[in-house]
Amino acid sequence: MKFNEPTEQRIKDDKLYTEMGLTDAEYKHVVEILGREPNYTETGIFSVMWSEHCSYKHSKPFLGQFPTSGERVLMGPGEGAGVVDIGDNQAIVFKVESHNHPSAVEPYQGAATGVGGIIRDIVSMGARPIGLLNSLRFGELSEANNRWLLRGVVSGIGGYGNCIGIPTVSGEVEFDSSYDGNPLVNAMCVGVIDHDQIQKGTAKGVGNKVIYVGLKTGRDGIHGATFASEELSEESESKRPSVQIGDPFTGKKLMEATLDAINQPELVGIQDMGAAGLTSSSAEMAAKGESGMALYLDQVPVREDGISPYEMMLSETQERMLLVVKDGTEDKFLKMFDGYELDSAVIGEVTDSDRLELFYEGEKYADIPVQPLSDEAPVYVLEGKNPGVDDKTYDYSKEDLNAAFDALLSHPNHGSKRYIYEQYDNQVGSNTVQKSGFGSGIVRVEGTDKAIAMTVDGKSRYVYADPFNGGKEVVAQAFRDIISTGALPLAMTDCLNYGSPENPESYHQLDASTRGMAEACRTLSTPVVSGNVSLYNESKGTILPTPVIGMVGLIEDVRFMEDVQIQAGDSIYLVGETHKSFAGSQLEKLIDGDISKQERHIDLEIEYSRGMDLRDRLKNGGIKKIAPIGRGGIAIKLAQLAAFHHLGVDASLDMDGEDLFAENASRYIVIGAGGQDIEGAVEIGVLTEDAFKVASRDMTIERSLDAISNTWEGAIPKCMTSVD
Amino acid sequence: MKFAVIRFPGSNCDRDMLNAILKSGGEADYVDYRETSLEGYDGVLIPGGFSFGDYLRSGAMAAVAPVTKAIVEAAEAGKPVAGICNGFQILTEIGLLPGALIFNDTHTFISRDETLKVTNSRTAFTTGYQPDETVTFPIAHGEGHYYCDDETYDALKRNNQIVLKYTDNPNGSRGDIAGIINEAGNVLGMMPHPERALEALLGSDDGKKIFENMANWEAAHNEIQ
Repeated sequence: MKFNEPTEQRIKDDKLYTEMGLTDAEYKHVVEILGREPNYTETGIFSVMWSEHCSYKHSKPFLGQFPTSGERVLMGPGEGAGVVDIGDNQAIVFKVESHNHPSAVEPYQGAATGVGGIIRDIVSMGARPIGLLNSLRFGELSEANNRWLLRGVVSGIGGYGNCIGIPTVSGEVEFDSSYDGNPLVNAMCVGVIDHDQIQKGTAKGVGNKVIYVGLKTGRDGIHGATFASEELSEESESKRPSVQIGDPFTGKKLMEATLDAINQPELVGIQDMGAAGLTSSSAEMAAKGESGMALYLDQVPVREDGISPYEMMLSETQERMLLVVKDGTEDKFLKMFDGYELDSAVIGEVTDSDRLELFYEGEKYADIPVQPLSDEAPVYVLEGKNPGVDDKTYDYSKEDLNAAFDALLSHPNHGSKRYIYEQYDNQVGSNTVQKSGFGSGIVRVEGTDKAIAMTVDGKSRYVYADPFNGGKEVVAQAFRDIISTGALPLAMTDCLNYGSPENPESYHQLDASTRGMAEACRTLSTPVVSGNVSLYNESKGTILPTPVIGMVGLIEDVRFMEDVQIQAGDSIYLVGETHKSFAGSQLEKLIDGDISKQERHIDLEIEYSRGMDLRDRLKNGGIKKIAPIGRGGIAIKLAQLAAFHHLGVDASLDMDGEDLFAENASRYIVIGAGGQDIEGAVEIGVLTEDAFKVASRDMTIERSLDAISNTWEGAIPKCMTSVD
Repeated sequence: MKFAVIRFPGSNCDRDMLNAILKSGGEADYVDYRETSLEGYDGVLIPGGFSFGDYLRSGAMAAVAPVTKAIVEAAEAGKPVAGICNGFQILTEIGLLPGALIFNDTHTFISRDETLKVTNSRTAFTTGYQPDETVTFPIAHGEGHYYCDDETYDALKRNNQIVLKYTDNPNGSRGDIAGIINEAGNVLGMMPHPERALEALLGSDDGKKIFENMANWEAAHNEIQ
């Protein structure tokens, strides 16, 4: 053999497979599948394919609960991304994906490659990306390390998205000490496609050729998928070489070349080389096509000599795609890729052997049956433990609620996110109707009057307080974001960020929250069409359970938004009843310093009918603006509205002062002409030219508009001024 | 008027630029950077983006691309040549416009709507705007700080070559400069994006006149005589 690698015997005797992430039982199963001990390359391939990141071995049972079909769903989970019909032979393709672990050790590249990876998922379906979103979690910005992470992640997201030329139109961020040392970086991409262009990652037709295109393979990111499936620790620093390096310039050329290739009738299948690179793309394509595949790895374009088959198969070099094309047409594709100044090569062919066979200079380095490799990944059902509810009652009536208001509004969780989103090009493509700042992103579909509303949202403190009902609320929050634009919610994607499944409480959170989410998806008619799971998010402690929902909606004719402007004199309505709901609220964390486990409540039927009613009123022009009430309750929502629009507020509410900060579900602030009879609504005041005044039964918040604006605008910048 | 929209690898506002000139009544084609002739075109548009990934220095690689010689010839022939964002950076690298674009003072990428003043509306690009008219164009750049030496700056002022200024300087540009023209008045470079400001629905339609002027170049030219 050309490469000096541990023998089968040594891998077995010294249990070298455990270093790659395989357990003894999993290794035993590999031996059964092969009928012999695996060699070094084969052991590496099984270990990445069976990592949590690629196989969802701990989360599969939960993902099965989600409704995945619906009238408009053209393609559900299983391919690179979900596809949903938007009429006129057009569809949208979207998915959210995590890049948490890489971002923890190398924030710029971790985030940049997260964006690059999700873009390739969308492009490999044949769609042109029209919008990017991101959902971020960090520890509090009082810690220097968290400021470093925020700076790095934001510039990494911008560095990739700005260069490739896709607008970043929406996002969300939350700061909580549970994310110290373990930030969450979830990136979402939305693309548009014609129905007849939808591609599948499949390898079919014996003799058809396998083409590699994109960056030359290097030794970067080897075992990245395995790294992503471990807890972070002191040693994680040494895993920095497991972090991939993004090259958005090549990514842009690859995107255009891929979209060109998709127009060629000789293309059989295409898949991006993401997690586990060449291994997962080749194995999954062969499995979907029910074919075998032979790869001649000495043909792979490489950055340096001496890269072994093992390293090649496990490398996560970015900006690469794998194509299967009709035999005899390979030169046409190679020539096309030359025109884009991209490296490409024929590296193999589809076979009828049902095996993945790897050769290097005539020697065989792996011979693995395809189906068991991708289908027989172990599935683990563990035992969760419900910690029950805490013994606690809430009474904030004696607190200084005016001070609490200032503290909340000046906290990065509630203040303006301008510091972040102004680093992202949000208008390239000239179709951005609504960008980051207040509410969902809205992007018009090129050449039409249709537009896509897109949002990404997470409410981890609610999920921590009550995993089952909190899970419902996360979906409901995204639903509220979408109907607030006037769009019809179509479908969603989810990114499940949790701690170790081997921790019984984390496992319970995963179990109960996904049950809640599934129920909400059914009632709100938003099936799950794609998703991603990130477990083992533990560093100094376990993160709050953070399911993140990306949702898209369709606006049939976006022109209704022209000339709609809220202004002084408009009335303010509160829609929905307010309850003393403080479990997981911002006020609870601020005053009590902790989040307690208490039941939360949501009525999904009311959620749905209320949302649809408001949406109709917005489209008909009866109301001008819908703003869902979230973190910090009514008081914070009104302050954000005032600051963003530079308008005063004069409102009076028949409730206790603490209720202004309550955070129960299904509520909105709505702006429109006065005197309207809106179901479930109370008219609470008017917008004014200046001054912010919100009165309750026992306390009043009164500030100048400038004070509100400055506090809100300064929330993040005031943390970022120190020289780190 | 038929325009060549130059496409470098990494250009990403090429489609926006093409749509903008088509919408304004002009004709346009994409032209690959490997072309060496711009025969048959009455003007040149250099779009924004990250040509050659901004590797080495923004605009530096594009400035030595095969098509560059033809761009210089078009400029010397008096045809309208406009570079927006990365296009402006390329024009300064080629030397068709003086000065250079360096990193924003904030050292971050800045993307937002910016208020600008049209400081010279007596150019064929800006005729139709009122003197000192305030307009809103989006900006989106990391290297938009316009830099030049005293001599160049004095010449720009003396010749009325400064056409657009920021009202609230976002990047540290000398003299708040957002856009300039060459002495002959047929080469325009600007960091803000007028091609993203053609519809009120998207936030602003203040950019229309610039493209309409280019699409009707002769009329615009006559207007300022």
